Amino acid sequence: MQEAMIKRAKELLADGSVDRVIGWKRGEFAYDITPAVFTSAEELDRDFVCDDFTAANVSKYLVKETQKEGKVLAFLKPCDTYSFNQLVKEHRIDREKVYVIGIEGGPKLDIEKIRAKGITGILGVRNEDYTLKIETIYGTQTMPFYEAVLGKCASCKSKKHVVFDELIGEDGDVLDSNRFEMVEKLENMTAQERFDFWRDQLSKCIRCNACRNVCPACTCENCVFDNPKSGIDNKAPADSFEENMFHIIRAFHVAGRCTDCGECSRVCPQHIPLHLLNRKFIKDINELYGEYQAGADTTSRAPLTDYNKDDCEPSIVHERGVE
Amino acid sequence: MQKISKSRLYELFDAVAAKQDLYIPTDREEGAAEYKKYESGMKLTKELNTVRSAKDFFFPQTENLAEFRLEGKNIEVKDIREECDDFVIFGVRACDAKSFTILDKVFLCEPVDSFYKNRRDHGTVITMACTRPAETCFCKTFGIDPTVPGGDVSCFDDGENIFFLANTEKGEKFVESISAFLEDGDTDKLMEVQTRAREIMGKLPLANLSTGNFGGDKLNEYFNSDKWAELSEACIGCGTCTFVCPTCQCYDIKDFNTGHGIKRFRCWDSCMYSDFTKMAHGNPRLTQLERFRQRFMHKLVYFPANNDGEFGCVGCGRCLAKCPISMNIVKVMKALEAK
Repeated sequence: MQEAMIKRAKELLADGSVDRVIGWKRGEFAYDITPAVFTSAEELDRDFVCDDFTAANVSKYLVKETQKEGKVLAFLKPCDTYSFNQLVKEHRIDREKVYVIGIEGGPKLDIEKIRAKGITGILGVRNEDYTLKIETIYGTQTMPFYEAVLGKCASCKSKKHVVFDELIGEDGDVLDSNRFEMVEKLENMTAQERFDFWRDQLSKCIRCNACRNVCPACTCENCVFDNPKSGIDNKAPADSFEENMFHIIRAFHVAGRCTDCGECSRVCPQHIPLHLLNRKFIKDINELYGEYQAGADTTSRAPLTDYNKDDCEPSIVHERGVE
Repeated sequence: MQKISKSRLYELFDAVAAKQDLYIPTDREEGAAEYKKYESGMKLTKELNTVRSAKDFFFPQTENLAEFRLEGKNIEVKDIREECDDFVIFGVRACDAKSFTILDKVFLCEPVDSFYKNRRDHGTVITMACTRPAETCFCKTFGIDPTVPGGDVSCFDDGENIFFLANTEKGEKFVESISAFLEDGDTDKLMEVQTRAREIMGKLPLANLSTGNFGGDKLNEYFNSDKWAELSEACIGCGTCTFVCPTCQCYDIKDFNTGHGIKRFRCWDSCMYSDFTKMAHGNPRLTQLERFRQRFMHKLVYFPANNDGEFGCVGCGRCLAKCPISMNIVKVMKALEAK
């Protein structure tokens, strides 16, 4: 697929259809991919990569890219197209300035899951029939492909591209995913167990803001947590209250807009399963307002910004809060 | 050299922890280690290093500096500094041990940072030599030999025994205090382990990375480089690199109104943040390019300019492993020096 992508990108650059290409650039190792903008065939030949490690969702970069002159070609995986649509819906991306090529999605790999197996000194990773052959300084190691799959891919919700100008490869379907399993498990806990679970997880937070900054739903020009005038700006989890509230407030703020792209958990250096907070909101919205998938389209009214007579009453909080 | 059989190591930990707080690197979950206060039953991690660096012991992410109380027109200032208790950190890697000497240059020069010094004075650093470096390791670039780590006491693992070598007065005191557990040991096997580790170091993918093209005199060469735009393009402006970094030392000081008094605290800051060094007149670095450039220029040019050529990086590789977009000091060095 990588070769087909490079070929198509070169054609579109050459005939002037686009001025830039956003994709992924290879790094020092097999896995350290950086999202990048390419402007020439030479750059594409030299650095462009699309492989098992190109998990980063490039949709959010298009906010910045479409503020520039000219048109940009974006390669979007199915999950990325949801983020893209949502950003178009929120008028953060100028759709006219992007040429979208839908590409096959994951499952993509998580180098941390390979490392967690005690595999170190990693020089190369090859997928041979869904067994990973990992070249290391200490010899070749193997592990099953599916044990190294990113969390966000393990509970993939859709192989369907909800927006594209053209496709490389086939389009897929919305999947019957298991993504709410862990949320249900948490719901079935006692309040104390659930509190302990989240305290344990959120106490690991180092407030690096990677979750917020990578999140396609977090595109405020100046976040309240960075704005000295907001009165609640803070740079550090000074106490447990702040550790909790940063993530909970963020989850509230993106509720109904989060497409469940899973980038927050992918980038968390402390492996906090932040996506579970967002999935709880998604699940609640589905149950209380009817099935809704943020980013599935660019025109519908979102349940939390719309009013229907059969919407649930605020008292639902008390009804459901009873243990 | 004095040694203890690895089968007795936890006995030793129990004895040390009975007298003072002992911290060891332990698994928080599969594949993620952190320093924790040792309690009986806790096991050392098999990970090469902790996710967060050991700088937290001396320079914690947040700490209170002073308290104020306002009554009428009077402000009462309360000095909340307290002498901390002695503590021991076991299992610090050579890179992190070196980071302390870098932090010392910042916090122990005049005016001495008494909060940092207090913990430095009371902490005993026991390092552990590396035998299985990772592909992201490049401490050698900064003149560090991970098979001979620094600290107050250096420890070496030959597979069956842990050897102890005191480097400082504090270290000698520690080794003396555990002498009942130690016996003289033959270091032949240790030498073999060390030789093998050095061979691996030489074969690491970043083994040839050099600081030769960097230093205090490179300001004009690199500051206006056209490479910064491309390098910083994908940076999302998070603080991951700075917060997992053992040498990043910038902090912010703020006052917090508790409702019944003011607490003045400091917390880690990140040059990657949009409000970094924001002052009354505004922000001196308005774009992510400028903020990104600050981090790498600081480590590769400004720090050596002000500290006799010492670089502000120890090659621990944490930023290589953790950056959400996989941009890091190695890529920056290689891009800048490429003609």
